[in-house]
Amino acid sequence: MFDMDSGKKHRGFIYHLHPPKINVEALKFSRTFGLGGMAFLLFLIQLFTGLLLRFRYVPTPAGAYDSILSIQNDIIFGQLIRNIHHWAGMLMLIFTFLHMWVTFFAEAYRPPRTSNWIIGLAMLFVIVLMNFTGYLLPWDQLSYWAVTVATSMLDYFPVIGENLKVLARGGDNIGTTTLMNFYTFHTGLLPAVLVVLAGFHFWKVRKAGGIVLKKENITEKEIFVDTYPHLVIRELIAGLVLIAVLFLFSLIYNAPLLEKANPAYSPDPAKAPWYFLGIQELILHFHPAIGAFAIPIAVIGWLIYLPYYKFENNDNLYTITARRRNKLLIMALCGVLIITLPGIFTDELFFNHWLTGLPPLISNGLIPITILILLVYGLYIVLRKKFGITKKEWIFVLFNYIMFSYLILMLTGIWFRGAGMKLTLPW
Amino acid sequence: MMNNEQSNILTRRKFLNRLWAGLGILAGIELIGLSFTFLSPNKGVSSGNNLKIIGAVGDFPNDSVIPYRSGKFYLVRLPDGGFMALSLACTHLGCSIHWNAENKRFICPCHSSEFDMQGKVINAPAPRPLDQFPVIIENGMVKVETSRQLKRNKSDKLDITYA
Repeated sequence: MFDMDSGKKHRGFIYHLHPPKINVEALKFSRTFGLGGMAFLLFLIQLFTGLLLRFRYVPTPAGAYDSILSIQNDIIFGQLIRNIHHWAGMLMLIFTFLHMWVTFFAEAYRPPRTSNWIIGLAMLFVIVLMNFTGYLLPWDQLSYWAVTVATSMLDYFPVIGENLKVLARGGDNIGTTTLMNFYTFHTGLLPAVLVVLAGFHFWKVRKAGGIVLKKENITEKEIFVDTYPHLVIRELIAGLVLIAVLFLFSLIYNAPLLEKANPAYSPDPAKAPWYFLGIQELILHFHPAIGAFAIPIAVIGWLIYLPYYKFENNDNLYTITARRRNKLLIMALCGVLIITLPGIFTDELFFNHWLTGLPPLISNGLIPITILILLVYGLYIVLRKKFGITKKEWIFVLFNYIMFSYLILMLTGIWFRGAGMKLTLPW
Repeated sequence: MMNNEQSNILTRRKFLNRLWAGLGILAGIELIGLSFTFLSPNKGVSSGNNLKIIGAVGDFPNDSVIPYRSGKFYLVRLPDGGFMALSLACTHLGCSIHWNAENKRFICPCHSSEFDMQGKVINAPAPRPLDQFPVIIENGMVKVETSRQLKRNKSDKLDITYA
């Protein structure tokens, strides 16, 4: 059967990952943007640079900051290795997030890929945790206060919140135990978990028959080509370009390092790590029990539930055409323009001191969340009545609305929040 | 071949298999419990007497706020002469608050929560008043129990210590 394979045993491993022949449609870069593969390459880069850093890093509050300084100043290429580790970690999170988004676009979360969608979500969660635990390690003002703010968010989980916070910190405050906990998670437990999940993820991709090919795009006569070299050469090029760009970027831009952590003085403004700033922006507007707990948990729960939706015309799984998709995307963006953006401004300008007589959980929690839910429901009614969208199309709109909204909230937190977390312009 | 009646009988083989499975689950739970007890912070180790002498009552003018960063609190003397030791950590997300003498309020840099001199919330998002440490006045000396950080759900006259 595999005639072309005879005498080419070194390709055996490639055929573990890919089938020997592949549909020519699956080769198109725009179908996946190679995001999953590139995220994995970044993980390998992280293993290598992380291992080097681990040889010289000292995981104690007294020694951590100085060891980072020593890595940067005394070790040849030390600064470059730290830069690569910093930017690659950031890029890995971005690529994984975009990978999820592209997967949703391709409707690859639908059966038979249900379990792989959930494994993917678990991997995204682990990668967020890896970024977060790594954030504390430099022990500078940026990392110390970002972790203080982010772990304090745990406090607002009902019932077990305080225990969670104390467990994560290894005590009431951030100190030696916190650093040791984060260090062990970052350099031991989490990478090991990710390796296992990644192996499982790749196996499931292969088992599902590769990536999703929508029916509208499949030509009448399906054409198959050899994986080697057609797919492999493309993966190689994508990987080399990624490495080149990452190294060049790391040569020019240094990873940030502020002065050593000072537990008595928080900088103004004190911000959580950039990827949590969407949540920090939410708790500017909602009571933390809503902003840091209810909304994130509801979104995560919904993402897990996505593959289990039942639709009327189940025979035709991939029904949303590219043209219709663009329209739905515009609807989602309109939702952001009508609900999210005005929400940020009006709450900041007019409703900040609103109803201060009531308990904060009601005035600052239940009332605004009810308004938000009513607005989103109103959007659904309008879209259904005016544009006749189906249930499946609404799920598409809602997913994109949530993603765009999170990006808007996050970018607001990154660029448009100044002293006292007031809205400001970044220039 | 096994019919329904036979499959319902608990044979010795089945009993032993279930016993092994049960023991396996028990061992798993024990390992998880062990990990949690190993990782949960030791309580009671640091709970010694941490009563710190801050100064004489007369050293603090009425209507003043003095930071004790090492002890992680502000010593507040209210206009009526009452003492309070308010925690530095904002009750919202744990950033350290600053005293703004002009407007007579504590301001948190993270989410602009504001508290009055007694630690009461003036401006959300902080959900409850500032934590405090017990203040004890003996022989004209102000002492603060720095190992006991007290949470409170609302500001109360009883929180204040008078000389």
